[in-house]
Amino acid sequence: MLVVLFSVVTITFFLVKAMPGSPFTTERKLPDSIRQQLEARFNLSGSTWEQYTTYLGLRRNVSGEYSGLLQGDLQPSVKYRDRSVAELLGNTLPVSATLGIAAFLLATTGGIWLGSIAAVRHGTWADTSAMLAALFLISIPSFVIGPLLIFFFAIRVDWLPVGGWGSWASIILPAVTLAGPYVAYIARLMRTSMLEVLGQDFIRTARAKGLSNTRVIYQHALKVALLPVVSFLGPLAAHLLTGSLVVETIFNLPGAGPFFINSILNKDVFLVEGVVIVYCTLLVALNLVVDVAYTLLDRRITLE
Amino acid sequence: MNAAIPPGAWSRLRKNPIAIAAMALLAFIILAAFLGPLVFTADPHATSREQFSPPSVAHPFGTDNNGRDVLARVMEGARISLIVGLSGAFISLVIGTSYGLISGYAGGRIDGVMMRFVEILYSIPRLIIIILATAAFDHSFKNWLNAGGHTVLVGYSKIIILIVSLGLIEWLTMARIVRGQVLALKNLQFVSAARALGQSHLRIIVRHLLPNLTGIVIIYLTLTIPAVILDESFLSFLGLGIQAPQASWGSLLADGATSINPVRSFWWTLVFPAAAMSLTLLALNFLGDALRDALDPRAQR
Repeated sequence: MLVVLFSVVTITFFLVKAMPGSPFTTERKLPDSIRQQLEARFNLSGSTWEQYTTYLGLRRNVSGEYSGLLQGDLQPSVKYRDRSVAELLGNTLPVSATLGIAAFLLATTGGIWLGSIAAVRHGTWADTSAMLAALFLISIPSFVIGPLLIFFFAIRVDWLPVGGWGSWASIILPAVTLAGPYVAYIARLMRTSMLEVLGQDFIRTARAKGLSNTRVIYQHALKVALLPVVSFLGPLAAHLLTGSLVVETIFNLPGAGPFFINSILNKDVFLVEGVVIVYCTLLVALNLVVDVAYTLLDRRITLE
Repeated sequence: MNAAIPPGAWSRLRKNPIAIAAMALLAFIILAAFLGPLVFTADPHATSREQFSPPSVAHPFGTDNNGRDVLARVMEGARISLIVGLSGAFISLVIGTSYGLISGYAGGRIDGVMMRFVEILYSIPRLIIIILATAAFDHSFKNWLNAGGHTVLVGYSKIIILIVSLGLIEWLTMARIVRGQVLALKNLQFVSAARALGQSHLRIIVRHLLPNLTGIVIIYLTLTIPAVILDESFLSFLGLGIQAPQASWGSLLADGATSINPVRSFWWTLVFPAAAMSLTLLALNFLGDALRDALDPRAQR
């Protein structure tokens, strides 16, 4: 897993260095001597390889120390001078994390609930309308849903804030926008697997024992039917991360997303790396958790 | 040999009114995107003094903040988005099918390693890497095109890069599904028979396995196209994809979203691109579902 993280860090570094322009470009052209001093100050002088190894902490930097990723130093931001990447992340990540967790919970609970209902009432109007709604939600992108939600719930009727961060109400619209397509996706997954499970022998046995319908569904079937959803949780987190870039832009949230976009446009290599490292670590860790959860839910896997 | 496309699939599809509606809608959108400019000749890049004029006879979809005609821009956006979606999906189809075929056919350790790699790719934020890659390569690709004398293509370099890079990330699901199908197919008797006849691996793959994958590949192709269109518009929405004055649905929606505010809402700059894009994606997703019902033998009642 560390290998994955390391490769992503490496690829990111060289891609950012390959972009045209430099973080020190401003409207006024800088004298060469000043530019060189700036580059040296941020350890961005020398060949790309030297910069990369300095960043990793394998080569002495300007002050003659080893201070890079290996030593846990994320470097200062090149564009937002005097602020370290760690500090910037510390300010923005709580917002992104709150949004992400809210959307994650909404997508999983909503999707599982909708999908189960559709499967249990297979073939009825409830099933048809739930699946129709799901297809609509999958097809309409978040940057259409977002502005429309703002238009109706924040402008037409003044129920919820237009954007920004602060009150609890301000998280509702962004979380709904972010979670929307994945509620639908999980509902479809859940419905298919629930239908399959409900047709199996052990469900018939449970019914034959005289268990109530609720008990059969929520105690016996749900546990098995959840497996495909659990294995989708890793990709879901990745989707929510990228999706949050758009949602944070639409709703003007002070999260890491807009910072990330700006840092790309500014070639702020350390800030880009910082965000990518956090995202990747999060995903890798989450995938490990999902793997463990999977084996706990499905005992057959440990037997193999 | 069991048929790749089960008999009756086409007639089942034709009996499905949703599928027919989706196909008609898609045909209309494609025609409007590519032939529409012949009928409605406004220049999508021409600015005018008429900023934010509401829909009228001269401008059926109104005009945007630079006085450009929204209908013409929606048509140009449709053209670019559809081209990116179709070509990107085609690239992912080629990669995904060959990857899945090789992995499934080789089996054993190779299969294990190859599928582990797919899982790893699933778990990293691929779009973020793509954002970086498009930003990194656009400039040098333009230089390369100029140096190679392909000056006609320079204006399209961003589109080409988007197509290639999106094709490079959207093949994972296709690979998984093809592999699953190959695993099921390769133990069937007709494959054993071909092997017993001494046919080469390549011949078995091309002549016996590939034709049997047609159905499933078509289904997932219809579902990959909307995924690529979504990715492209996502990047363009963030200002990292198609650049003005060129338009794609994503960049049009970004313009539209900024014009919605409590003071005055120029709804037509948002609603028309949103409707065009959503309807296209809906039609493609409905068609994909209908195809699955028609082609997937397991779904037959």
